[in-house]
Amino acid sequence: MRILETQEVTRAFGGVVAVNQVNFNVEKGLVNGLIGPNGAGKTTLFNQITGMDVPTSGKIMFDGKDITGLPAWKISRLGIARTFQNIRLYNDLTVVENVMMGLHSKVGADPFHGRFIQAVKSYFQAGKENRELYVRALEWLDFFDLSHLKDEYARNLPYGNQRELEIARALAADPKILFLDEPAAGMNPAETAHLMKIIEMIRDKGITVVLIEHDMKLVMNICDNITVLSFGQKIAEGTPEEIRSNPLVIEAYLGKEDEE
Amino acid sequence: MTTLIQYLQYLLNGITLGAIYALIALGYTMVYGILKFINFAHGDILMVGAYAGLFIFTFLLGESTNAAWMLIAFFIAMLLSMAFCALLGMFIERVAYKPLRNANRLAPLLSAIGVSFILSNGAAWLFGAQSRRFPYPFDDTPISIAGLAITPHQILTVLVSVIMMVVLTVFVNKTRMGKAMRATSLDQSTSELMGIDVNKVISLTFAIGSALAAVGGILAAFDFRVYASMGTMTGLKAFVAAVIGGIGNIQGAMLGGLLLGILESIGAPLFGIPSALRDTIAFAALIIILLVKPDGILGKNEREKV
Amino acid sequence: MLNFFQLIIIYAGIYALMAIGQNCITGNTGMLSLCHAGFFCIGSYATGIICKTLGLSFWFSLPVAALCSAAVGFLIGVPTLRLKGDYLCIATLGLGEIIRNIATNVNPVGMMAIPRAELFGYQFSSRNKITFIILVWCFVLIAYFLFRQLAHSRIGRAMIAVREDEVAAQSNGINVAKYKIGSFTLGAAIGGTAGCFATAYTLTVQPGSYTFMVSVMVLCMVVLGGMGNLKGVILGAFIIEFIQYFPQLVGLSSVIPAQASQIIYGLVLVIMMICRPQGILGRDNYRYGDPRSLREKIRDSFKRPSKKEA
Repeated sequence: MRILETQEVTRAFGGVVAVNQVNFNVEKGLVNGLIGPNGAGKTTLFNQITGMDVPTSGKIMFDGKDITGLPAWKISRLGIARTFQNIRLYNDLTVVENVMMGLHSKVGADPFHGRFIQAVKSYFQAGKENRELYVRALEWLDFFDLSHLKDEYARNLPYGNQRELEIARALAADPKILFLDEPAAGMNPAETAHLMKIIEMIRDKGITVVLIEHDMKLVMNICDNITVLSFGQKIAEGTPEEIRSNPLVIEAYLGKEDEE
Repeated sequence: MTTLIQYLQYLLNGITLGAIYALIALGYTMVYGILKFINFAHGDILMVGAYAGLFIFTFLLGESTNAAWMLIAFFIAMLLSMAFCALLGMFIERVAYKPLRNANRLAPLLSAIGVSFILSNGAAWLFGAQSRRFPYPFDDTPISIAGLAITPHQILTVLVSVIMMVVLTVFVNKTRMGKAMRATSLDQSTSELMGIDVNKVISLTFAIGSALAAVGGILAAFDFRVYASMGTMTGLKAFVAAVIGGIGNIQGAMLGGLLLGILESIGAPLFGIPSALRDTIAFAALIIILLVKPDGILGKNEREKV
Repeated sequence: MLNFFQLIIIYAGIYALMAIGQNCITGNTGMLSLCHAGFFCIGSYATGIICKTLGLSFWFSLPVAALCSAAVGFLIGVPTLRLKGDYLCIATLGLGEIIRNIATNVNPVGMMAIPRAELFGYQFSSRNKITFIILVWCFVLIAYFLFRQLAHSRIGRAMIAVREDEVAAQSNGINVAKYKIGSFTLGAAIGGTAGCFATAYTLTVQPGSYTFMVSVMVLCMVVLGGMGNLKGVILGAFIIEFIQYFPQLVGLSSVIPAQASQIIYGLVLVIMMICRPQGILGRDNYRYGDPRSLREKIRDSFKRPSKKEA
């Protein structure tokens, strides 16, 4: 079952078309891979879907609803969480506080957005609310084996742990889909193996995962289906086996043989 | 009833004013292009330039009333004042901004506000609160051309500004150092890898910007007199000009300065704004441009990478 | 001498209110705004008009001053929201100048002989400074506790997220625009109440006194004490006001030039940024959801902070 699809999504920056009429389908409960050479438009497509940027044309459907052009915070509240290619943590906050930020939309109401009474309550019971959130955040840290680092400042964490923390923060919002933008970038093989386990655990929780990744071993091992972008266009879609043997994909990655 | 000829007169005054704004705006834009921060103290360097020019000029002049010597003394004073401000600019950069290059984005901005306060209040302390007249180095009787009154100092202002801008454009586009500056403004760390001495480039940028501010200060002194807080408002407006043209863009600063000067001069009679509210025009223009086209007229679209 | 001490305490209180507002905008949400003098101005005029022109009570003018400033803060907040750091700083500076410009043009002479504030028949006069100190500092304390609670609540946490990383904050479902406008409005409101107290104390409104310098002074207090740390901000207000009135305090106002204190503000900004950017007291070391008991917290606070502000 499709949980999210983009219909003919195009994003042009001036004359450069970064994403060109892409139909990208995300299957519910699976790990969906999005691969392609550098500059293929993968992150741009992620940004369109998560509301960080608005498509020039096309539509994005999530759970049967049109979410094109919604602001990022609204999309996040609908149940779409993401991580970033260049890690974006709240560096001056501790690890546990970072995860608590991820829980933001899970408690109370937006104080400036209706449900005023609840906001007032949340204001006066801040201490109690914070302790509850703290406990919930610790559960997520346990899931990632990061509990021992809970009072460390996020900026002081080793790189691999920062990536994990970012995933923990995204998961804390209890999303329906989790978008991971190159989570294994800069990780050593042991960390990548751990990451693979984590992604499997996330999938087993029933959360759909979309993965941009360059580490082919990881992608081929874990993805249930793969979409390939090249120069902003979708060139292939299918199971890892199909993608592996697809001549168009090989050409996109290695170039045409007669070009040499 | 305001006639066409009066409007032409306003336009003319606007161009003179705009030339001064443009000169000062160049300093803001160059520093922003390379360090991505607003040098708040730039306006006060202009004031220092005006004082330096005034003192050197009156010292050189002494009792002499020789017309030729007056003009020569004026230019010597201008060059010396430029050199002084260039050194001052480099010194400020070294002391107050360089240690903060890797700090939080707000840090250099706050530091610059501090420097601005030190300079303007230091000047008020040393030179008193009284404003001083900058003597014209020539007879400033207006020349009447087709009903328009053009004063020699206006001609001088436009002439000097144009020369400065041409020299700067040639420097940035044609010389090795200019190329290094452009490279640094595009990407500092890559430029460093390419063997460019980034510290030298930044120092030079401050030197050039401050020297131009000194010229701007002296030229502005003809119209506004010399006083300790003259740099604040003039500097702010020049910054507005830089934003209008597209901050970080040298041609943009020139265009923005000119536009703002004309707008200020013509805007008051055109929209019927009391002249006391003239300063409001510049800031209103700033806010409008920031909302409509935040990158300025000639600015390139820069977005944060997600 | 004692008189000047009392004066310093009163002004430190008034400016502490301003600094608490500035801290909400700059310290918590991370927006460098430079128009607090404008909010101060609006609060002062609101009080002047209500107490003198309309002849109403000071206590009525207090919320109105806050509301007027908040409304202006909101109006400024909406368009300038889209601006990042430096641009926001300049735009707010421009707006502050516009407010002052308009005030000086509409009412160049200012207002004089504004009626005194009254409580149960008691008049707060500048002659009896002690009662005024109590009045002002009561409100400083109220503001302190209100804003502390705010900073430690869900709202405050979201504001910090906006300060740290706007993009990440959005991805966590935080409506960045609303928190920015909200903090701007709140900061403006408290700035307006500061103006209200200043008017109640001096009983005059002078349009020429709401200069850019006032905004910088307030900013200086926040930076000096520690951005985001309310105790630090109040300490900052004390220090800056002390510097301001030091010449009068020691009776050397004829020897020390008037500019000296402002040069010191400048030096404070530069030196603090280079040597101790987190301010004297540093960041607020509140831990959200801290599970430690009160005893443990007190014990830990005596320990040397380990890896803070690395």
